[in-house]
Amino acid sequence: MDAAKRPLGWHRNLSAKVAAVPMIVTALAVFVGGTAWTVLYSFTSSKLLPKEKFVGLAQYERLWSSNKWLISIENLAIYGAFSLVFALVIGFLLAALLDQKIRFEDTFRTILLYPFALSFIVTGLAWQWILNPDFGVQHVVRGLGWESFTFDPLYNPDIVIYGVLIAGLWHETGLIMCLMLAGLRGIDEDIWKAAKIDGIPMWKTYLFIVIPMMRGIFITAIVLIASGIIKVYDLIVAQTGGGPGISSEVPAKYVYDAMFLSQNLGQGFAASTMMLLTVVIIVVPWAYLEFGGKRR
Amino acid sequence: MTKTPHLLKNSLKYRAEAGAAGGDVSLRLAEVPSEAARVENGPAGRKPRKVLSRRNIIVYGTLIVVCLYYLLPLYVMIVTSLKGMPEIRIGNIFSPPLEVTFQPWVKAWAEACTGLNCDGLSRGFFNSVRILIPSVILSIVIASVNGYALANWRFKGADTFFTILIVGAFIPYQVMLYPLVIMLREIGLYGSLTGLVIVHTIFGMPILTLLFRNYFASVPQELFKAARVDGAGFWRIYFRIMVPMSLPIFVVAMILQVTGIWNDFLFGVVYTKPDLYPMTVQLNNIVNSTQGVKEYNVNMAATILTGLVPLTVYFISGKLFVRGIAAGAVKG
Repeated sequence: MDAAKRPLGWHRNLSAKVAAVPMIVTALAVFVGGTAWTVLYSFTSSKLLPKEKFVGLAQYERLWSSNKWLISIENLAIYGAFSLVFALVIGFLLAALLDQKIRFEDTFRTILLYPFALSFIVTGLAWQWILNPDFGVQHVVRGLGWESFTFDPLYNPDIVIYGVLIAGLWHETGLIMCLMLAGLRGIDEDIWKAAKIDGIPMWKTYLFIVIPMMRGIFITAIVLIASGIIKVYDLIVAQTGGGPGISSEVPAKYVYDAMFLSQNLGQGFAASTMMLLTVVIIVVPWAYLEFGGKRR
Repeated sequence: MTKTPHLLKNSLKYRAEAGAAGGDVSLRLAEVPSEAARVENGPAGRKPRKVLSRRNIIVYGTLIVVCLYYLLPLYVMIVTSLKGMPEIRIGNIFSPPLEVTFQPWVKAWAEACTGLNCDGLSRGFFNSVRILIPSVILSIVIASVNGYALANWRFKGADTFFTILIVGAFIPYQVMLYPLVIMLREIGLYGSLTGLVIVHTIFGMPILTLLFRNYFASVPQELFKAARVDGAGFWRIYFRIMVPMSLPIFVVAMILQVTGIWNDFLFGVVYTKPDLYPMTVQLNNIVNSTQGVKEYNVNMAATILTGLVPLTVYFISGKLFVRGIAAGAVKG
């Protein structure tokens, strides 16, 4: 392409346009088209196959009167709230410990982050085995002489979601720790020196100076954890299979089951639209705060 | 840093004054010549650091305990996989094996049953490899060219599509699962490995395109302009300048994709059929199957086998892995 006689019109910059075709197709057909299609068909009575028989909000009424869906939402809320708080707190504490100019930092970091490299299936199965009441922690503690010790989260419908939480936190805190560590390293050394001269205790420096300065990292971490929470699926499938009964169901599993196991596409579409709505409610205010201000 | 917190203003001022007055306080003290003063002040120089200070014990102690907790599942998986079933039934999951046996590993790899197939995890492993290699190559090729076009050859509307792509990364996969089933069915690829490769390429695109676009944008524009003046076109600049200059980012993208695709479960179970299931899906089917006697040692051997590929990538890549997930973190 010679600059002097560069062709005008649509075939200007043609190679770049051709190269961008996969991106354009993905953006329009899959992301925009697919999402619109699912939302549209959530208003139909599709069962085994999608069909254009519109029934208004009937699927949503059924969804919100379904016990399984309500349990899924409740589980997601519990799992989400705890995993958000614990991942942030533990992640930050570990990062602060690693930031004390210690020896073997690389070794510690490598150990703390390795679970993140494993799949949720592997994570779920490993913790299913450790929490197995007949062989795992409960069995071992009872063997030590404490006969009445009970710790069987995966077999108790009331606390099963906390058993999943243990595995989820094991998997993700390393990642949050790494993010926080990067944030801490970005804090100017002079801040620390100045705080020391002023005689401010270390914990106060962290709480009132360093953490407010790491606002951006915290927001990234929260968005990251939150989007992971909504997607949680494999972990449940591997660790509990949604059981005992339906006590550890989550929305993502509800969608899969409705679409591919019980041939109830309409329910699957309605449930996935609700998931999308949740993401919109979380992401839009964040995106507005982060990017909205700068554009103006 | 953007703003100095209020609390620190005084000390910063103090430091500035001390600097102006001719050096550090301690330095001036050291210059005092009187012998008596020296004795009173104690030994000169920095206070020697105790190895076993209270602070060190707390910091290292906590870290070691936490690390042991993080290593525990891996340890339990390994020792369980090396025990025989009788030893598991009577013993303790934390105790090392009395009698080491590799039988569970052999069985997990070559004999464990899922449904009608009894050829072990090896089938899943080779399926995963057949999914992994083309998916990684295709997704990186497409995303790098996309990122290059976005960074250096901006055309009208390019940013709109890119924004859609990034926003799309936040949409739960469940929303797009079924439309993709229909699209793949229309072109006859539903239930095939090729179909799954396309799906991985699509969902890997937002983060990878972002990664490459940002990297290419940081390559000095002069290089690009000089190549343009010399008459090099789109592809020539890409292959001769951009790719050779960006090998680290290609490695980061590869790490990201290899672990991500290997660990995928949802797409594998939705877009393939039983004899083409990737390793994660097959592992789950072996371990969580309700038929037969549970063989925990075989299950754990199978679990470790499945985790081995991403773990190897993780331990070899080290810092680059961290860089990859830091890039992934931007995506959210």
